[in-house]
Amino acid sequence: MKPILQVKQLAKRYGDRYGCRDVNFELYEGEVLCIVGESGSGKSTLLATLAGRLAADEGEVTFRDANGDWHELSTLAEAERRRLARTEWGFVTQHARDGLRMGVSAGANVSERLMALGHRHYGQLRATAAEWLEKVEIGAERLDDPPSRFSGGMQQRLQIARNLVTRPRLVFMDEPTGGLDVSVQARFLDLLRRLVHESGVAVIMVTHDLGVARLLAHRTLVMQQGRVVEAGLTDQILDDPQHPYTQLLVSSIVQA
Amino acid sequence: MKHSTSCKPQTGLHREGGRAATGPYSPYGEEAHSDADKASNWRYNFGYLDENTKRMLRRGLLKAVAIPGYQVPFGSREMPLPYGWGTGGIQLTASLIGRQDVLKVIDQGADDTTNAVNIRRFFGRVCGVDTTEKSADATLIQTRHRIPETPLKAGQIVVFQVPEPEPLRLLEASEVETRKLHAHQEYGLMHVKLYEDIARFGHIATSYDYPVRVNGRYLASPSPIPKFDNPKLHQSPALLLFGAGREKRLYAIPPYTDVDSLAFDDHPFEIQAWDTSCALCGSHDSYLDEIVTDDAGSRMFVCSDTDYCTSRREDAR
Repeated sequence: MKPILQVKQLAKRYGDRYGCRDVNFELYEGEVLCIVGESGSGKSTLLATLAGRLAADEGEVTFRDANGDWHELSTLAEAERRRLARTEWGFVTQHARDGLRMGVSAGANVSERLMALGHRHYGQLRATAAEWLEKVEIGAERLDDPPSRFSGGMQQRLQIARNLVTRPRLVFMDEPTGGLDVSVQARFLDLLRRLVHESGVAVIMVTHDLGVARLLAHRTLVMQQGRVVEAGLTDQILDDPQHPYTQLLVSSIVQA
Repeated sequence: MKHSTSCKPQTGLHREGGRAATGPYSPYGEEAHSDADKASNWRYNFGYLDENTKRMLRRGLLKAVAIPGYQVPFGSREMPLPYGWGTGGIQLTASLIGRQDVLKVIDQGADDTTNAVNIRRFFGRVCGVDTTEKSADATLIQTRHRIPETPLKAGQIVVFQVPEPEPLRLLEASEVETRKLHAHQEYGLMHVKLYEDIARFGHIATSYDYPVRVNGRYLASPSPIPKFDNPKLHQSPALLLFGAGREKRLYAIPPYTDVDSLAFDDHPFEIQAWDTSCALCGSHDSYLDEIVTDDAGSRMFVCSDTDYCTSRREDAR
C-alpha cells in the first residue's frame, strides 16, 4: 500500500512565531487521521497548510493523484492546485456557512462540484443530488430547500454530500462536529464512518474531541504549541499515552 | 431622415437661473471664445474628454479587442451624468468618436427616451458630429438594453452601457476570487444560477443579461440586453464594445467572434417568443414591449426598436 500524502518537516510561520513546525507523517489510501490538541495548538493551521490554503514556509507536502503522479504542493502552479482541490480533495469546514452556498438550494450545493467538472445535464445532476441527499439522511424531498432552512446537523451532512459527490480521494475536515450537540454529533459521526468506509476516501480531521478520534480515526496526531508531541494508532494513544500532555488530555475525557 | 443633424455650437445652453443665451457656455468666460474658429467654438475638448483620457481608453479597448471577453480595468472619469445612466458607454463613445462619425443612441430600443435624447444631444454639442435614428446610417451606436433589429454591418461599432460587468458577481462577492475563476476558467458556478432557475421555475428564467462564453474562453455579461438579442452577438460583423463606468471595466467582442449562451444539455438556450405581432408594424420577429393603454387592462404589443418599427411602417405606406 502506497501513501497518498507525504509530509516532511512542514512549518508555517506567522511573523516570528511558528503556527506549526517539524510536522512529519504519511497518509495512506482510505485512512482516517485525526489531529487533536487544545485551542491554539496549530491544528487548523496545519490543516490549512496541508490543503494548500496557506503557503508552507518550510518543508514539503507531496500528494499522489489518481494517476499515480506525485505533486509537491509548494511548487505546484495555482491552476493545478485548484484542479486537485476540485477533483481529488474535499474540504469540510466547522461552520457550514463557510462551506456551503447559503443562497442557493441544497440540490445546487451538491451539484456545484459536478458542474465545475463539466457536467451539463440537468436531469442527471438532479438525480445525483437527490441520491446523495438520501445517503446523508436529509431526504430527496428537501432538494429545493436552501441550506439556511436546515438544522446545524443537516447543514454539516449537506457539506459532506457536497464534498463526496465527486468521489474525492482525500477530504480535509476542520472540526466538523464543533457546533453540534451530543446526540446529533453521534448520528453525524455514525454516518461519516459509514460513508468513509464505503467510499474508501482518506480523511484528515482536526478535532479537539478525543471521543471523535476514538470513534473514527485509525491514527492520531497530538499537537501542542505547534509541534506534534505524539503520534500513533488511536487506540494506542488513548490507552497508553506517553507524552505528559497526551496523558493530561486522555485523563480529562469525561467518563459517561 | 436625418434627425437633429449638424449640432454645431448651439446658441445657448438652457440652464436654470437665466444665463445669457448669447453663445456657448465657456468655463473661461465670455471673451475666451471670441476668436475661436467656428467649427469648434465649444470650449471643451472634442468629445468632452481630454486627449490623455481618450488615449488611456483606447489602449484599454485595444487590449479588450485582443482578448475577447476579458474585463480590462480603466480609470473611469467623472462624467456629467450619474453612474447608472451610461457613464461607461459615454466614455467609450467619447474616446472613439471622430468628426466623420454618425452617432445613434438607443435606450431600451427607443431613440426618443430621456437617456437616448440626452446622450445624443450631448455628443452633438461636444463633437458637432451628425446624429441619426437610422441604425443603417450610423457608424457608431451607443445602446442600453437592446441591439437594433436591423442587422449590423461590418464597420459599425456598437457601444453597450453595462451596470455590472461581472457575470459571477451575484454568486461570488469577492473580486479577487472572480478574477481567479476567470483566470482558471472555473465557470461551473455560473451553471449554479441556471440550475437554480430550472429548480425554481422549471425552465431557465434568466431573460436578460444572459451569460455568454466569448470565443470559447471568457465568461462575459452581454449587459442587460434581453436574451432575445444574444444570438446577434454571435459572429456579429460589427465591433461590440462594453463599458461599465462605475465598475471601471471595459471589454469587447470583436467582429466575427463565436459567442455561446450557456445552457444545459437537456435545457438548451431559447429566446423569447410572442404569440402576437407588433400592433403598429405587424412584425412577427422583433422584440415586443407590452404597453398598457388604459386603466381597464387593455394592452398592446409593439416593437421595442422604434427605428425598425417606423421604417417598416414607412415602407408599407
